Amino acid sequence: MLALFATPSFAADYVALPGGTFASVLPADEKSADAVVLPFRLRSEPVTNAEYLAFVTQHPEWRRERVARVFAEARYLAHWQADLVLGGNAPPTQPVTQVSWFAAQAYCESEGARLPLWNEWEFAAAADATRSDARSDPLWREAMLSWYAKPSGTPLPGIGGAANVYGLRDMQGLVWEWVDDFNALLVASDSRDQNDPDRLKFCGAGALNLRDRENYAVLMRVAMLSSLKAADTTINLGFRCAKPAQ
Amino acid sequence: MCTTLRTVLCALLLVLGCAAARAAELPGDSIYRLQVGLVDQDGHRFTFAQRRGKPQLISMFYTSCAYVCPLIIDTLRKTQAALSAPERAKLQVLLVSFDPERDTPARLHEVFGERKLDATTWTLVRTEAPMVRKLAAVLDIQYRALANRDINHSSALVLLDADGRIVARTDKIGALDDDFVAAVKAALGTH
Repeated sequence: MLALFATPSFAADYVALPGGTFASVLPADEKSADAVVLPFRLRSEPVTNAEYLAFVTQHPEWRRERVARVFAEARYLAHWQADLVLGGNAPPTQPVTQVSWFAAQAYCESEGARLPLWNEWEFAAAADATRSDARSDPLWREAMLSWYAKPSGTPLPGIGGAANVYGLRDMQGLVWEWVDDFNALLVASDSRDQNDPDRLKFCGAGALNLRDRENYAVLMRVAMLSSLKAADTTINLGFRCAKPAQ
Repeated sequence: MCTTLRTVLCALLLVLGCAAARAAELPGDSIYRLQVGLVDQDGHRFTFAQRRGKPQLISMFYTSCAYVCPLIIDTLRKTQAALSAPERAKLQVLLVSFDPERDTPARLHEVFGERKLDATTWTLVRTEAPMVRKLAAVLDIQYRALANRDINHSSALVLLDADGRIVARTDKIGALDDDFVAAVKAALGTH
């Protein structure tokens, strides 16, 4: 059984999540309201280099040498050996990283899917092996924070970590992940304060209304995602895809 | 002789053909590479790339927004007013709605009339919800729908050249941004 889990099947599996009202770190009304997460399905593992290679083989416009700069910066897939060769720095079962938001969206569309919303990702990542919401457990926070502390120069392991209660793997501890609404995470009502012209720009760090400020582990994700532009890539940012409930 | 001439002509045609193909292809950093279908205030359907040809001022708004969005329209107008009449005629203004659900072409038409927008330069458009997120992404505009259906968003005026490359932007809304106006004039000077 364990051996089976250690070698995840190549075909993408999507697991069903029930959704529900959820205490997001970003209140739905920017004060205190819970987010409502509709039932959805999420890819059980992040997309791997091998899977992404199959995608660019079929969709030449997303190959490293051909991609339009407006959709992916120069570092896109820079750790691959060549356009269609992974090479030693990009093992096949490792999550694909150095992909832009546009590229991640395009991959998900090729699977008949989309990127998960932030609230969907947050809902799924709140679980541990036995509970659907383990966020108040100091051990859960500790596990997430200790991973952040790992130097990013360490080579990424392959996918296939222990499953959470839904059967999702590698929600923490492997890569950061794009979400569909990454550019929705830092806007507060202060942006409409007409009395102070500087604040019309909004967007300063002060604009965010946060709930559960203790939860640094999740807030760091928000801060990282909201700092990105859609064509950006980083060496530890990958993605997984979502689908509507069946 | 004949063969040589033919070879030369062929080579010439190839060169011309290549040049034509290059001109037709969008630059890699053109945001018109985003394949988006738009519908304007008169119900006309067109693609984003069909905006190619003239420099544009582009921004995003939604019609039920009572605060910043009217200011965005005001600021675009002030920017237009800072140009000479011939400059103004060369610059298109495109406003894309964050709110496809409520901003139907009919609603956009209403606002177009209420705000007495100049039909020769202004276009208000909507697109489908997933494309709104992508358009905001290429424009580097952030937005978030709230539970009460308000949409909080960052505000920016973005200047595109005739090929859809972003050449300048300003986050200054309400008052005129002189540097931005200078960038607009510079962009118009090249066309």
